[in-house]
Amino acid sequence: MPDPALLSRIQFAFTISYHIIFPTITIGLSLYLALMEGLWLKTRRQVYLQQARFWQKPFAITFGMGVVSGVVLSYEFGTNFSRFSEIVGPVLSPLLTYEVLTAFFLEAGFLGIMLFGWKKVSPRVHFIATCVVCVGTMISAFWILAANSWMHTPAGYEIVDGVFHPTDWWAVIFNPSFPYRLTHMLLASFLSASLLFAGVNAIYLLRKQHTEFAKSGFSIAMWAILVLAPLQILAGDMHGLNVHEHQPVKVAAMEAVWETEQGAGFRLFALPNQKEAKNDFEIVIPKAASLILTHDINGEIAGLDQVAPENRPPVAVVFFSFRIMLALGGLMLLLGVLGLWARRKGRLFDHRLLLNFSRLMIPAGVIATLAGWYVVEVGRQPWLVQGLVRTVDVASPLPASQVLSTLILFVAVYSLLFGVYLYFMRKLIRQGPADITGAAQDEKLPATLNPAH
Amino acid sequence: MDIALIYLLLIAIGVLMYVLLDGFSLGVGILSPWLSKAEDRAIAMKSLSHLWDSNQTWLVFGGVVLFAGFPKAYATVLSQLYLPIILMLIALIFRGVAFEFYFKSHTSRGWWDFSFSFGSTLATLSQGIILGSLVQGFSLTPQPSEQIAWFTPFSLMTAIALVCGYALLGSCWLVRKSSGRLQVSARRLGILSLFAVMFFLALVSVWMLLAQPQVFQRWLTWPTGLLLAPVPLLSAYVGLRLWQMLRSGEGNDLKPLGLAMALFGLAFIGLAAGMFPYIIPGQLTIWEAIAPERSTSFTLVGIVLFLPLVIAYNIYNYRVFSGKTTSQDGY
Repeated sequence: MPDPALLSRIQFAFTISYHIIFPTITIGLSLYLALMEGLWLKTRRQVYLQQARFWQKPFAITFGMGVVSGVVLSYEFGTNFSRFSEIVGPVLSPLLTYEVLTAFFLEAGFLGIMLFGWKKVSPRVHFIATCVVCVGTMISAFWILAANSWMHTPAGYEIVDGVFHPTDWWAVIFNPSFPYRLTHMLLASFLSASLLFAGVNAIYLLRKQHTEFAKSGFSIAMWAILVLAPLQILAGDMHGLNVHEHQPVKVAAMEAVWETEQGAGFRLFALPNQKEAKNDFEIVIPKAASLILTHDINGEIAGLDQVAPENRPPVAVVFFSFRIMLALGGLMLLLGVLGLWARRKGRLFDHRLLLNFSRLMIPAGVIATLAGWYVVEVGRQPWLVQGLVRTVDVASPLPASQVLSTLILFVAVYSLLFGVYLYFMRKLIRQGPADITGAAQDEKLPATLNPAH
Repeated sequence: MDIALIYLLLIAIGVLMYVLLDGFSLGVGILSPWLSKAEDRAIAMKSLSHLWDSNQTWLVFGGVVLFAGFPKAYATVLSQLYLPIILMLIALIFRGVAFEFYFKSHTSRGWWDFSFSFGSTLATLSQGIILGSLVQGFSLTPQPSEQIAWFTPFSLMTAIALVCGYALLGSCWLVRKSSGRLQVSARRLGILSLFAVMFFLALVSVWMLLAQPQVFQRWLTWPTGLLLAPVPLLSAYVGLRLWQMLRSGEGNDLKPLGLAMALFGLAFIGLAAGMFPYIIPGQLTIWEAIAPERSTSFTLVGIVLFLPLVIAYNIYNYRVFSGKTTSQDGY
């Protein structure tokens, strides 16, 4: 029977990876919903209402998946990492409580009105509900990332009898890596939603369906990608500098630098060999890593040799995840630029290469986010709280058979549900927006809009 | 009042809110297979679609407040009750996604129907086992073994009792939200579950009095016994009134739900009175388990500021969707 601590880690990694997919989409998508509804209220152009009504359905199922998989996580700290909950609980649990109080309840309380209240409340109140849901998702990200960042760059605590006691809440929440992490994650969500938005509208343009609808959505999303992609690269770069300062071992793993180097090259590709502490094969751009990370061509990049082998993260996972994220980020930038070029040529809506590219990029944001999380979380191993708490020491003393059976259950249930989720997303997208004729000029919605399914 | 008591009270509020609010929504799922027509099942589910999520949030609230107030108890309870907790979470997943997919599907409705009732029932059974184990108590320093300590005759009984209890809440909710045929079946199912609930309330009370000296002492000795005496008497009265209302259809449609909730509240007081001041029975009192003061005071500020707000907009949510649910509602 395998080690229960390892099984708990696999289970946590699996359940959290699954969960993160959905908030990544809904944080950004809720912003689009609010934007579309706001534009409709302002201009009364039906196409915006159509967008809001249409995107609400994919949003609802994605949000639902996020809720059910998120509830699991809030209990897994206790079930699988009881020792961790006990010693770090006094610092982290208040942050999670604030998340529930200021975000979770807020989203859940107004989601009902947002989804089912079209005929029950005025358009203005409905718009407020949509905005509240949107703000709720961001507040949620705020607290979760504060807790997560603290595990990377702990601050504002003291250790009394092996238990972490908070000493300064401001320092705990606004710990050194928090602002970078939050910005990076929020931008990732906006980008992921923009890519979904652009891609689906591109599908309609390619199929010459719902053309007016698709044009408005595609244009807005392409502007968003053009702005967000470079911003995200900038935010990522600043985050990288912060990691370099606080978690140099992680950076060494990201770059597969085994020995400390001046003017380190950027490894375009490498095959890291953890056992012999070297790369079996590598393609290097000279000096580039130092330039990126220290903004100095001869800057020093500390290698993995600065810590003992047992304190190094699994380098290959971190290295490849990082490259996947970078490559996808580059493609997003390319998409944004290509969109601008097509727009200037007046061919934004009929450039087949651009439309097909958009369509292919639908999952890129989510994949890049997942890859980014692997860089961040695997890169911190073997620590759960950087330099202070080892992951293996804080797992619950559970029988391996129990963890194994629940792990199998999670994999089975989640795989099934993910299939179902994709099936319904595809179905909703194929169905397309409901047709709206000029009947909807008054404040109340026309009956023809309800029910839309 | 000291901070440990405040936190115990907060957890009690969280758990009670959860049991009352998600209780009726789980109850509707438990009852769903007994509703004769697919249309009735659809309306029953629809009556919950705008609120199951916010009601379920109380479960997370109870969890995090336990974590924030008593981290050691949180860690012990959750790891000790590993399987029933994970099973409950997975069951809640089945139930939660059923709400999302049911109304978007045409060919697979039967599956989502099943997912809804199966998930609701399994979640309730798990919660009943968790409840029974908590009341019974367990070792603070367990050895990792293959043995499952939570699987006892008592916890099995509390599991079945809770299924009946939620079914009662669920049927009273349906009495409120429906009319005609569906309401007639809801009343009938309500009466059946009420009988089961009263039977189990008596059984659990006697069992606990006999099995746990602490409970015996508190209930049957002077002066606490006198203070607690109104609880069983009131329960009997509330049960009787509820039966009369469900049978005759007198009173408005909302009253039975209120009475069913009152019955739950009384049972909750009864349980809590027997367990106080332990957070883990016989092992860990609330004062031994309380988190450092800097944590508890920081969290308390948030709770005092935001909890009233949360309750206010949840009430608003209910008001927006007040009245009977019809098959036209939806989005």
